[in-house]
Amino acid sequence: MRTSTRGSRRMMTLAVVATLTTGLLAGCADDSGDSTPNNGGGNGGGGGGKTALTIGTFGVFGYKQAGLYDEYMKLHPDVSITENVTTKTDVYWPKTITRLQAGSGVDDIQAIEIGNVAEAVQTQADKFVDLGKEVDKSQWLDWKNAQATTKDGKQIGLGTDIGPMAICYRKDLFKEAGLETDRTKLAAEWKGDWSKFVDVGKNYMKKAPSGTKFVDSASSVYNAALGGASERYYDKDGNPIWDKSKGVKAAWNSAMEVATSDMSAKLKQFEKPWDQALANAKFATVACPAWMIGYIQEKSGEAGKGNWDVAAAPTAANWGGAFIGVPTAGKHQKEAIALAKWLTAPEQQAKVFAKQASFPSAPAAYATLKPQAATVEYFSNAPIAEIYAASAKTIPVQYFGVKDQPIGTAIADVGILQVEQKGKTPEQGWDAAKNEIKDVLGQ
Amino acid sequence: MKASPYAFITPFFLVFGAFGLVPLLYTGWYSLHSVQLSSLDKQTWVGLENYKNLWSSDFFWNALKNTFTIGLISTVPQLLLALGIAHLLNYKLRGSTLWRVVMLTPYATSVAAATLVFTLLYSWDGGMINWLLHFVGVDPINWRESDWGGQFAVSSIVIWRWTGYNALIYLAAMQAIPADLYESTALDGANRWQQFRHVTIPMLRPTILFTVVVSTIGATQLFGEPLLFGGSKGGSEHQYQTLGLYMYDQGWIIGNLGKASAIAWSMFLILLIVAAVNMLVNRRLRKSQ
Repeated sequence: MRTSTRGSRRMMTLAVVATLTTGLLAGCADDSGDSTPNNGGGNGGGGGGKTALTIGTFGVFGYKQAGLYDEYMKLHPDVSITENVTTKTDVYWPKTITRLQAGSGVDDIQAIEIGNVAEAVQTQADKFVDLGKEVDKSQWLDWKNAQATTKDGKQIGLGTDIGPMAICYRKDLFKEAGLETDRTKLAAEWKGDWSKFVDVGKNYMKKAPSGTKFVDSASSVYNAALGGASERYYDKDGNPIWDKSKGVKAAWNSAMEVATSDMSAKLKQFEKPWDQALANAKFATVACPAWMIGYIQEKSGEAGKGNWDVAAAPTAANWGGAFIGVPTAGKHQKEAIALAKWLTAPEQQAKVFAKQASFPSAPAAYATLKPQAATVEYFSNAPIAEIYAASAKTIPVQYFGVKDQPIGTAIADVGILQVEQKGKTPEQGWDAAKNEIKDVLGQ
Repeated sequence: MKASPYAFITPFFLVFGAFGLVPLLYTGWYSLHSVQLSSLDKQTWVGLENYKNLWSSDFFWNALKNTFTIGLISTVPQLLLALGIAHLLNYKLRGSTLWRVVMLTPYATSVAAATLVFTLLYSWDGGMINWLLHFVGVDPINWRESDWGGQFAVSSIVIWRWTGYNALIYLAAMQAIPADLYESTALDGANRWQQFRHVTIPMLRPTILFTVVVSTIGATQLFGEPLLFGGSKGGSEHQYQTLGLYMYDQGWIIGNLGKASAIAWSMFLILLIVAAVNMLVNRRLRKSQ
């Protein structure tokens, strides 16, 4: 009798253990499938035979905001779309790149940021569908296509937005400082060279309204200037040339002029203090890629209305932008390609611009671009669309490299910051950045 | 009968094996290779190259030093404060439960939320701490970029979050001290301070050791606070880049997974050394008792 109780108790224990273990493992399996919640429904026919597409993005792409998903689902009643958004790019990309290589957990469409596109082209090309064969490439700006194309001509992504450059400035502060306030005259004053822009800054500081500076940070000048250089950190064969690059040197020099003078508010972009400074008019200019427009309008608020204006930047430059690609591991490639094509077509890009001010990479959209009336009014009726379109068409072809992003971070967050905020000399700053980049490149 | 205890603990070991041991060993394997995050399948054997690289890297030694100094300036005041607070809470207080719950609230807030608030408090221009300092005539400090300021700021977040937690652990231990010990010392004419020094502290010794060990492990792994305070470089001169942060920067930002794995294993070895030292000290203390 006794033994049999013991035996059954043991059985019981093992049963409990087994249940617990399988339960835990099942829990884990569930987790990994989280990113594609609709796959099950789509395959099993539970969703009424609909194809469930997922699209993985970062930040704010504006597709949902512009109602494009709803519109597409109305046009194609057999398709349902879910967007998986990861807010931060530096979280989104490592996650995406590991999933691409594992061949599981990827969305049917994955967004690729411009800073990562070279890495994707050089290391993940076989994980993406060649979209170049599916579309009329002439829809896009040439340099935009080139960035997503491998050496043997495979295009892994379609261009979404770009970041053509302008300068946003506070007319009221310029006037108080006794400077020119007309956007065309200002643009003419600094045309051709960012060091001329810095010279305007020196004039500004002579009679600067108290408590204000000319620019938000030295690194924003650096990024803007580098965005217009034909030579960046890598040559077109993918070799690092950051230490000899003319573009880097010129941008660095302009940034150093800013960092060693008192014209910088010494803020880090997109952080709370920077937001507050925007709201309180603490700096008079900011390098202004198209996507910055909405940001300024939001953060500078009602008080900034009509005080901001937009002028052409010293050089045509690009800062930011993205692509969308279709991973080969996706379950519904055909449908995903159709959706990607539709989302990046000129008409849809124009709709996103109207809602979100993300600037189209398809020139066909430029003629009909309509910024929101409130935005135009906010920026003193500046011809925003024309200024950005003019910049977009003259941006030079730029080559990006595998470690473009960490090299940029090393220069901005180590080199420039040390000079701007810690009082180091430009030579010390450059040496620090150099050590950092060598560490990045494993040299 | 004999099988059941083992059966009970197997789930832990199965799960630990799958999600702890295997990744641990695999990390060790990675650390002997050159692996990039973007091409995980292309692993080239480099032997101890990654470790040699770390040995000669200023960034690694700097991160190790930072981990140590931040650990020191966050753990020591934290535990002293916790001890004092626990002592005060041990008196008969009105609404004692309320005080204890309040003590635990910082521990219950997320690292991200706490750090976000502290970043604002410490902001250079218009932060509350610089505003308070200007009343005593101190110029605004650029907390995030100054050498000691950054470490101090990061430590203060850790102190704020963990003091209450440790205080409650001490409090629980204090309440287990028999009251007659206090009574007899009181009869001998000991005042409250003497009671604290000669009764409370010796009786708490095992608890103190426990909190020291736990805090040391926590300090070695410090990551979220400095990351959210000043990015993965931990300041422009790596002023508060801890080992954990250096590993993250190498592995996920730069994409150098082999080297990041070597950092992870170095951290593991350092923890083993710390544990060994702790054991020796412990044994020495027990002998001297």
